[in-house]
Amino acid sequence: MPVFNQSRRRVIQIIFAAVFLVIAGQLVNLQVFSAKYKLAAENNAVLRKVIYPDRGIIFDRKRKAILENTISYDLMVTPSDAKGVDTFALCGLLNIDTAEFKKRMRELTFKNGWVKQSAFQSLLSPEMYARLNENIYKYNGFTLMERSVRTYPYGVAGHLLGYVREVDTGYLRRHDGEGYQQGDYAGRTGLEATYEKVLMGQRGVKNYIRDNKSRIQGSYENGVYDTTAIAGKNIYTSVDVDLQKLGEKLMSNKVGSIVAIDPRTGGILCMISAPTYDPNYLTGTDQRKHFAEMSLDPRQPFNNRGLGTYYSPGSTFKTVVGIIGLTEGVIDERTTVSCPGYFTGCGNGKPKCLDKGVFNFTNAVAHSDNSYFSTVYKRFLEQRKFPNTDSALSAFKAYAASFGLGGKLGVDLPAEKQGLIPLADNYHKEFGPRIYPCNLISNAIGQGKVLTTLAQLANVMAIIANRGWYYTPHLVDSIEGNDEYDMLAPYKTKHYTDKRIPDSIYTAVQDGMQAVVEYGTAVRSKIPDIVFCGKTGTVENYAKVNGVVKKQPDHSFFGAFAPRNNPKIAIAVIVENSDQGARVAAPIASLLIEKYLKDSIRGPERKAMEEEYTKRVYIPPYMQVLINQRDSLKRARAAEKLLEEERKQSEETESDSTTSQELIQPEDADRPARKAPAPVKPKPLKQAVAMLQTEEKKYKRAK
Amino acid sequence: MSNRGNTVTEGIDWIVVWLYALLVTIGILCIFMVEYKPETNWLSSFIGGKTNYSKQLIFGGVCALAATFVLLTDSKLFTAFANLLYAFGILLMLATFVVGKNINGSRSWIPLGGGFNLQPAELCKIFTALALSKFLSRQETEFTRLRSQLIAGALIAAPAVLSIAQHELGLALVYSAFLLPMYREGLPAQIMIYGSSFAVLVIATLIVEPNTLAIALTVVAAIIFFIVRKYAKRSKGLLALVVVLWLVCVGVQRFVVPYIFNNVLECYQSTRIYSMVGKDYDCSLNKKSQRKEGEKAARKPDDYNVRQSKIAIGSGGYFGKGFLKGTQTRGKYVPEQHTDFIFTSLGEAFGLTGCIAFLCIYLFMLYRIIRIAERQRSTFSRVYAYSVASILFFHIAVNVSMTIGLFPIVGIPLPLISYGGSSLLTFTVLIFILLRLDADRQMVLR
Repeated sequence: MPVFNQSRRRVIQIIFAAVFLVIAGQLVNLQVFSAKYKLAAENNAVLRKVIYPDRGIIFDRKRKAILENTISYDLMVTPSDAKGVDTFALCGLLNIDTAEFKKRMRELTFKNGWVKQSAFQSLLSPEMYARLNENIYKYNGFTLMERSVRTYPYGVAGHLLGYVREVDTGYLRRHDGEGYQQGDYAGRTGLEATYEKVLMGQRGVKNYIRDNKSRIQGSYENGVYDTTAIAGKNIYTSVDVDLQKLGEKLMSNKVGSIVAIDPRTGGILCMISAPTYDPNYLTGTDQRKHFAEMSLDPRQPFNNRGLGTYYSPGSTFKTVVGIIGLTEGVIDERTTVSCPGYFTGCGNGKPKCLDKGVFNFTNAVAHSDNSYFSTVYKRFLEQRKFPNTDSALSAFKAYAASFGLGGKLGVDLPAEKQGLIPLADNYHKEFGPRIYPCNLISNAIGQGKVLTTLAQLANVMAIIANRGWYYTPHLVDSIEGNDEYDMLAPYKTKHYTDKRIPDSIYTAVQDGMQAVVEYGTAVRSKIPDIVFCGKTGTVENYAKVNGVVKKQPDHSFFGAFAPRNNPKIAIAVIVENSDQGARVAAPIASLLIEKYLKDSIRGPERKAMEEEYTKRVYIPPYMQVLINQRDSLKRARAAEKLLEEERKQSEETESDSTTSQELIQPEDADRPARKAPAPVKPKPLKQAVAMLQTEEKKYKRAK
Repeated sequence: MSNRGNTVTEGIDWIVVWLYALLVTIGILCIFMVEYKPETNWLSSFIGGKTNYSKQLIFGGVCALAATFVLLTDSKLFTAFANLLYAFGILLMLATFVVGKNINGSRSWIPLGGGFNLQPAELCKIFTALALSKFLSRQETEFTRLRSQLIAGALIAAPAVLSIAQHELGLALVYSAFLLPMYREGLPAQIMIYGSSFAVLVIATLIVEPNTLAIALTVVAAIIFFIVRKYAKRSKGLLALVVVLWLVCVGVQRFVVPYIFNNVLECYQSTRIYSMVGKDYDCSLNKKSQRKEGEKAARKPDDYNVRQSKIAIGSGGYFGKGFLKGTQTRGKYVPEQHTDFIFTSLGEAFGLTGCIAFLCIYLFMLYRIIRIAERQRSTFSRVYAYSVASILFFHIAVNVSMTIGLFPIVGIPLPLISYGGSSLLTFTVLIFILLRLDADRQMVLR
């Protein structure tokens, strides 16, 4: 019988072969035609670890490091190894309780897994590191890992230097293709952002093989695909850190800005924006909290007011108006204008002038005579060669543009604003199709629609100092090695003002500006052995407080350069809502000039001046209202809490709540009093000062 | 082995012996690949006996002894003890229900002491092969008769059913391999055809929507009816046959298949089978999982194993990444890689070329065994040889297919390659009994 079935042997053989063929077919499909498996395998098993180089160091003009790197330590833990640890002792070292310990362990196990190392506490303080380092061997699974952190040895120039932060999705989208990935740090503001390419260096990559639990098993292909990290380049700035420090000190408890430029190079010597902050405040353990706190602060500490806030330049703008007027020949140095207390040219009694009398050009600058420059401006606009006011405005703008006004200067910091020198278009909405010079007179004295940044104003001072040329203000002088991205090229070209302006006009303006300091508005800011030129500015301004537009205390401006011959520093100062230009901004500028030129503040009188201006408090009333609102909310909450507790303890009486919810209303100061004016009611001011000082202290990291 | 006496080695088919040795060596190297760590000294760990490859080496030694022992015995012994051994095997399997040890969720192991466990279902394969051979080679057995076929079927079904009771579906499936020797001995081809038709219907049920399939079947039936209507007038039987076939088909796809998935199979088994065709199985329909719901929350159905296994094999490409260079193998991405998924390490390291070469070794071995089978004078030896070939074939086909995603995951080892003493010993004995029988092929064994 079996003989009959012999053919079935073939059938069985065919079945075997067929099944094997099917298998071979699927193998071909998987191994040859499906590329996705290779990719999946690589995603599975190859871990690309980016090696971060140290970021470049930023130096000041005297080669002092103002932003460098330091090693900080993170306490890392591998939960699966951390068994039998003396939790209580470890918590003692870390100053936490065991509940917190358990909570953190739970959280990071949930986030990173049981077998992967994760940070238990990052950025340990030095003492804590010292304590832990001695005892770390006792705690299985815990290790100390070093990492490079940014540190600011002087704790100044936060606005200039900027900060690094972890990139977010928006940043990744904007910088697509530059090799950033989630979790990287990048410079987000200041020089850190502008020179990110240079500072970040070149990241290295190490390829590792990892297992199914993401544990590293060794290097991939013996490291043939690895690249080494190249450290970031150092950059050398023109900043004078001592000047910056003094500036920040003088601007404490004020709102405003200082920009000082070396007129010979365009290098920025200092740029202060008040209120400022200690940049170290944004690097430590609580940086996230601090970021949140500061970005909600009504004083807007992150705003770099030197570049990012518009100001009406006030009387300091008269220098430019004067130069243009002289160039056009609408006046000459001997032209005189009389002022009976107001400008008579337009018949509306505006603007007023402080000192009555007859002024020539020098004295008009020295005493900041509004009528004089209103006349100049009006005459300029009414020249016969202009068919209408529109073209006159365009001609004026062209002049101003050669002074770097009305457009971005191109400072090497992000978020610079461009300012405004108005054209006819800016007025049509207000005055209809035809514009008369009398509508525009307030521009002559740097009010009206004229808007500048403080850096532009400082640059104007530099131009007058240089008698008609400037380099674009910038912070970075040189980059270590070479400037491979040509980032410094824009700062190597000399810009000239309008060619029609002769040198003699600059002499006239400088004479006037010297007179300002010698016997004019800023006579009290005179420095005995330095001949310097300056121009005050007092800017009226209004703000909306609780929905009502009110006049605020004046902004105090001062622009200056020194010494007159061979100028080395050009400076512009604004202190918001403080007083006349001569009263606040001028002394501050003079102190900085002395510090820069003579390396110190000399003499008891000048030292006392430094003390006095450091102590002065000028918080704009509208800002004070916001601060008080914030604080009263805080206090109300605290008080509510307290009341709640009291109520619980004893239900005897409804104790009077001491919630200080009274809002400080700013005094309607039409013109600030002669003597040290208080912008707000005296009593709440003291409170505010106390509060502010503690807050300022808070921003300084305890060392 | 070559230094043994001529009487023993005489007639031994050395090709199979060498293939066997080659495969066991490949197996140990594969396990080595899986467990290799660059920092350890592999020589000492090979001798150390702590790692799996070292253990497998020891198992290999034990198997060499067992093989020698088998070769030293008399062929008549196997015919004589076939039924007895079968009974013993069934007894052992029953014993697992009493003294069984739970390993990986199946109570199919009997602890032997010293850390060793025996899986009677494995051994039972040999005993069943012997018993089947014995039954079919009986002079009084007339295999064309239905009664003999049923008895043979029962012989095979008994251990299979017991395996299912032990939750070892994979091992139970292996017993279906015995259909091949039975077919060779005269089992009507219709049974095979019916079987495969049923399989096609089941797969169709899984892939196609129930209603669509029902309509399709009806349409097919209608067309057949239309074609055969001339003959139908003459014989009502044909018409009835078509109707009955249609009823059976629809019945199967409508009731039988859902019943199997929902009531016979475990939830995870149904899930695995459904995931084969890229569908999700709703475990809430499963009666067994409902019963167990109180005990343990149903694990999220996941085809992680197959996915990782396909990734490992697929990343091998034409020529593979090289010995010990497989990233997936070193990263331990494939679960159970040293046992059921050992083929993945080979696929990753040696690629398509290696896989095809490896499969060719197997195929060559299978064809060699069939050749051996056909040269036997006694039915006993032939049936046994076919059983060996079929069992090996079934293991290889199912194991490899499941690693490349052609078959649902069932715990079936790759013969002679997968780590595991029980499995290696079983296959060794299985093959060497064949070699012993083949050496005595001149004898007529009953």
